[in-house]
This record gives sequence, C-alpha cells and structure tokens, in this order.
Amino acid sequence: MRNETVLILAIVIFSLVIGSKSPEFFTLANLFDILRSSFVQLLFALGVLIVIISGGIDVSFPIVGIFAGYTAVVIMQKFELDGESLLIPIVLAIVIGTLLGGVNAIAIAGFGIPTLIATLGTAGIFRGLMLTLIGSSFISDIPIALDQFSTADLVKFESAAGTLVRLHVLVIPITIITILISLILSRTLFGRSVYALGGGVEPTRRLGISVKGTQTKIYLLAGALSGLAGILYVSLQRKANPYDLAGSELDIIAAVVLGGASIMGGYGTVFGTVLGVLFINLIKNNLVLLGVSSSWQRAAVGALLVIGITLQAISESRRNKRRRALSEGEVDSNE
Amino acid sequence: MLATQTAEYSVRNIVKSFGGAKALAGVSMSVSAEEVHCLAGENGSGKSTLIKIMSGVHAPDSGLITLAGKEFTHLSPRQAVNEGVQVIFQDFSLLPNLTVAENIALPTNILNSSRFIGKKETKKIAEEALGHIGVDIDINSPLLETSIASKQLIAIARATNLGVQMLFMDEPTTALTRKEVKKLFEVVDQLRKRGVAIVFVSHKIDEIQEICNTITVLRNGEVVAEGLMSDFKAKEIATAMTGSEIATSRIAPLLGKNPRTLVELEKLTSKNTFDDVSFSISEGEIIGLTGLLGSGRTELAEAIFGQYPVDAGSIKVDGKEVTLNSPEAALASGIGYVPPDRLTQGLFLEQSILRNIVAVGLDRQRSRWGSISKKKLAKIGSSWISELRIKTKNPSNPVSSLSGGNQQRVVLAKWLSINPKVMILNGPTVGVDVGSKREILEIIRDRAQAGMAFLLVSDDIPELVQICHKVLVIRHGKISKEFIDNQISESAIYKELN
Repeated sequence: MRNETVLILAIVIFSLVIGSKSPEFFTLANLFDILRSSFVQLLFALGVLIVIISGGIDVSFPIVGIFAGYTAVVIMQKFELDGESLLIPIVLAIVIGTLLGGVNAIAIAGFGIPTLIATLGTAGIFRGLMLTLIGSSFISDIPIALDQFSTADLVKFESAAGTLVRLHVLVIPITIITILISLILSRTLFGRSVYALGGGVEPTRRLGISVKGTQTKIYLLAGALSGLAGILYVSLQRKANPYDLAGSELDIIAAVVLGGASIMGGYGTVFGTVLGVLFINLIKNNLVLLGVSSSWQRAAVGALLVIGITLQAISESRRNKRRRALSEGEVDSNE
Repeated sequence: MLATQTAEYSVRNIVKSFGGAKALAGVSMSVSAEEVHCLAGENGSGKSTLIKIMSGVHAPDSGLITLAGKEFTHLSPRQAVNEGVQVIFQDFSLLPNLTVAENIALPTNILNSSRFIGKKETKKIAEEALGHIGVDIDINSPLLETSIASKQLIAIARATNLGVQMLFMDEPTTALTRKEVKKLFEVVDQLRKRGVAIVFVSHKIDEIQEICNTITVLRNGEVVAEGLMSDFKAKEIATAMTGSEIATSRIAPLLGKNPRTLVELEKLTSKNTFDDVSFSISEGEIIGLTGLLGSGRTELAEAIFGQYPVDAGSIKVDGKEVTLNSPEAALASGIGYVPPDRLTQGLFLEQSILRNIVAVGLDRQRSRWGSISKKKLAKIGSSWISELRIKTKNPSNPVSSLSGGNQQRVVLAKWLSINPKVMILNGPTVGVDVGSKREILEIIRDRAQAGMAFLLVSDDIPELVQICHKVLVIRHGKISKEFIDNQISESAIYKELN
C-alpha cells in the first residue's frame, strides 16, 4: 500500500474515533480551525521536505522562521515603515529567511559540513544573534496590517448552532505555493536534481549536475519558505515573541516523515507532506477531546515520528527481499 | 551522431602524479572506431587514472589527448561528454530512487540544458534509447527493482543517448551470470559495428579474449604489452599484468590417506530452493560448488552455516547429527562462512594490520570480565602474520601501507583466525585482480594442507579447476553433476552449466 493511502486511512479512522466521542468534531468550524493551524506548519514542512528528499535534514527552520518574523517587525518599528502595508513585512521576512538559508548553504555546500550538524550549529548562532542583537522582548503591538491580517477571513458566518465559522484567506496563497512546490519538484531540472542528490551524491555529480549549486538553491528556498512561515506565524498570533516556535521541529519533521519522505533521502511527495501536516494537527488539536491530557501531545507526536521511521525501515527491507527474489527469478525464467 | 569509420581516439605520453607518486608514467594508447579495446592491469596499475583523464575528471601533468582528430592537453568533464566520451562505472552511477526512464533521460535533459522536464518527453527519450540498443526493459519501474544485468544495459542506453563515440566500460561483467554476459556482449558488438570505439576494462581473461580486438596492458603506470588480441595467449596476458609467471594449471594439494570426514550432508532439502543434496567434506579437502545465479548455491552454503531454513535431511559434524539453526551454532560446530563481498571489501584501511586481523574473532578473545587483552591480541595477530607470510616491518602499520596481495592475505587471516574446521568461501575472488587471486588460492592451498577443509562457492570456473579436489554443479537446487580430480576441466564444467 502506498504511504499516502495509509495516511488517509489513519486520518479517517482517527476522525471517526474522535467524532464518535464528541459530535462537535464533525463541524465546518472545526475543519477550518485545523486548516488554519496547518498553514504555517505546511510552509515549514515544504522546506523541510525538499531538504529531506535531497538527503539532508534541517533543524534550524523554526529559528530561521521566528528570526525572520521577529526581525521584520523590529525593522518595521525601528525605521517607522508603513504599518499599513502587508507587503513590506512579508518581503522583509522572506529576504531575511533567504539570507539565513544562505548561511546554511555556505556551511553545507561550501564547507561540506553534514547537514544535521550544520543546521544545529546555525540554529544556535541565529538564536543567539537574534536575542542579543535584535531583541529579546515580546512585541504585542505588531504593525497594524499584520495584526488585521490575522482576521482576514475568506468565509465568515455564524452556524445554526451559533458558533463562528471562519476560513482564513491564506488558504488561497498557501494552496498556490503548495502546488508550485509540487510542480518544481516533479517537473523541473532543479526538482529532479533534488531527488537525484537524495539517490546518491557521486552519481549525481557524474551526471553533470552541480551538487553544490543544487544544495545552495535547496537551502535558499528552504530559508525563504521558513521566513514566510515566520512572518505569517507572527501575524496569525498577533504578537512577535522571539522565544516562540523553538521546539516545533519535532512536529514538522514528524509530519514530513509520516508523509512518506525517506529520512535517507530520495523519496517524498508534496501530497504526502500535506497529509502528514493535517494528521499531526488532527492529533495535536483533538487528543483533548479523547480525554488525553495535553501534556501527552509531544509524547504522541514523538511516538508517531518513531512509528513512521519504523514503517519506512520495514517497507525498505521488504523491498530488498522482493528485489532479491525478482533478480533471481529473472535468471530462472531465461533458462 | 556516430563516428566516421576512421576515427581514432588516443593518448600520447600521458604523465600524471598524485603527490609525488606517479600513477601514469608516459602512457600511450590508441583505440579506433569499430574496435573493442581491452585495458588490462592489476589494481593500482593506472587504469582508472587513465579513464579519469580521458573523461575529464583529472588533468594530466603532460601529454596529449586526441579525440577524432581534435587535440587536447586536458579535458573538462563537459568537454569530454561533448566529444562523445562516456564512462560506465562499476557502480553504474545510476540513481536507485528514480525510474528507469528518468535514469536514461535525465543526462540528456542536462546536456540540452532544459529547465523543465515533461513526463512524456522523458519516456520517449528512454524508449528510443533502449530501442536503439535492442533491449526491452520496463521503463516505468523504479531502478531499484531492476536486476544488475538490466542496470548495465540501462547505463549503456544512457550513454548512447548522449552521442557516445568512445565508451569506457569498467569491469562490466563482475556481477553478471554467463547468460547475461552473452547478452551484454551482443550489445557491445552491435555498438562496435555502429562505429563506437569501446574500451573494455576487465580482470577476466577468458572474457577479454572473447570480446576484444586489441589490448593494452598497464603495470605500475606503464604500458607493458599492447597489440592485437589474437597475438596473445591467456597466460601471456596474466604474466604481463603481474610481471611474473602465474601458474594456472591444476595444483590441488595432496590429501592425506583416509582423511577424516568432517561434515556430512544427507538429503538436505529446503522447499523451492534446494532438494536432496548429499555430499561430505573431509579434512584438507577443497570442494567447489558452482551453478548459475538462482540455482540455490548461495542458499545451500547459507543453510550449512545455519542462516537458511532446512526442511528435511540432516547435517553431521564429526559423525554426530547437529541442528544448525543459527550462525552461532554453526561456528560452535566449527563451520565458518565468508559471504561474497566480505573478502574483497573487508578491511579497515587506516587501522593497523594487527587490529584488522583480530577484528572478526574479538568475541572469542574476551576474558571472563568482558575485557580484551592487548597482549593476547598482538600474539594472535603476529602468529597469523608469520603463518600467512604477510610482508610487513611493523604489524601496527596501517593496512593501507601494504601491497594489494598482502592486503588480501590480511583479509584472509582475519577470517581464518576464527579457525574453523570447515571454511565456506562464497565468491572469494570476485572483483580481485590476477595477482591477488593467486595469493588467495595459494593461502587456501596452504591451509588445506594443514588440514582445514574448504567449500568454495564460485562463478569462476578456472579458479575451481585450479584448486579443487571435487567440483559439484548445482542446477535448479539439485546436484546435477560431480566432477572428481582429473575429470575436472573448464570445458566439462561449462558444458554442464549451460
């Protein structure tokens, strides 16, 4: 069975279980809430997906995100930029995210440092720089446009039961970005180079693909996505807290791995990642409805990550067995 | 896109050093279109350096490269591809996670600098390329699930797609069965007829003689022999490669009178893999086991080592029936097993000779407290170094300081140090050059003389002929023929196999 199919089944089963315990689960309001809490995570996850397909791992993205989001707000205030503009802070955050991604690219493509160590190191550096040079205080009066954007709803009405049903306008740009990343991965030379890199560095180099060039593009793109995610997070939360997002790497990496991306590189799809993010959010937001204390959330997500990787290992060893049987069978049938 | 008939691809007086060590000391070689040229030589003779120079990976220190009339002092990888030079590496350089179609089409996309890649276009490119060399492989299946023989053909298809005019094939037959080698040779011959100059790198002398028209032999970075293939005898090629006469005649060590039977298989059966297998191995005996891939030979060897389930029949060790359901049980009964890749890849190059030798047997050297005495290890290591005549001044030098043949002795010492009564070696000389092979066979002979029994599972018929007291041929899981002593000959075994 394909990974995506398994995940869809898991989502359906989990939904039925929760739905049977609490009827408010199957409401439009709840569905939209899950979507809303998934936007930022999905952006992070898409960056992580690209990195993981290429055979790397990135643990710096939450810091890159909050660094970009927080710094953009600080810059807006310090230079008294137009608070009515939504575009300025978003562009600022994307630029900052891309720059930080560039630092990762220098460490990984330039110096050849293993990706986990490189991003672990840069995460520490970025965090330290942000807290000492940019600021360490909580900002609650974020620019007006960002603040208002948190309630920019595409659909908004009161349901028969009297609850407020809201679908955030972000659903449109996030969908477009998701489709775009999917097309980049499947239909461009860059995208296929990412998969090639995950399949093997040496063969990729011999194909004439620039390994360093591809890696640089990957970490710049991941940085840009993290920057965007960071500023949207600030906007949706209506506050800029430099201590936020730290620790969220567990959720995101778990989502991407559950979505079928191989931690060894070479495999992974955008569709799987979307399902993975939805699944993780479903679990996190609704464990309470099952009577599980919220303090168990992290344990649950951690367990899912381990289960996801175990499933990958099992299917990998099955594939090896089948391959062995197959290659020997071929010889037999030729005789 | 293919070359004109008279096209020549040559190098003149190529010199290349790496940090003072001369890898190539003035090598010249010339290959024409419509020719399969053999590039032979032991490991470290400079073959791969020459390939890398002609494919643009390394720049030579001096010398001239001529490709179809154009002269170069050095090439970039891109230039080499543009001039039609392609290399099929031993590992094929294919990407396991992509489909067959993508593996063939991706380099073409890169060459054309196309930024966007269509699925239809990819399939079209792949189908055309495979059709070009007359092979039928499912292009939609992941490369991971194709056989090694198919991968080889896919790599060739990919090269033809890039307008190949000169094709290097680095030991292409290493992991192929006879049947697959035949198919490969058909494709190679077809390419040759279409005007491609092919350089075939191989250790297997019988195969070289079958497919190649001309030959260049390298030793220590110099050309030591060249000319028409038909002017060379097998023995002369081997001599040129190693620089010394190599005995290829049958020298099976003498068996003692009434040797003690060590292991006896009786009607050993495992569903769907092997069936009703009976034979025995005595002290000092060397038995060869051969058969096509998928014939059940590896499974049988693994079963004797307790790694493969047995459904019926029995195994007796020293006359007593034993249940071998785990490698530990087999080792305890005195049966050792070395899988195919271990002998050729089993060294920690930067670790000392001593440590390499004792690496396998570490478990048995543990004291009651779980600690390991360095003195004891040094003693064991030294005794093997003298026993196997490993030439070194200091056992704590890294293995990488040894010559190839001596490294091979270290590998064997490592496995022999567990001192089994019966040693099963699966593919002991796969991918090993002529000189190292001689070393391995010599050590096996030595040990057999000292009483150790061997079961050699191998594809390499000449090697079995050289050393075995008995050769068993397995077909569809059954022992179809047993050759003893002077019945053993290459032709008889090949006939039984095909």
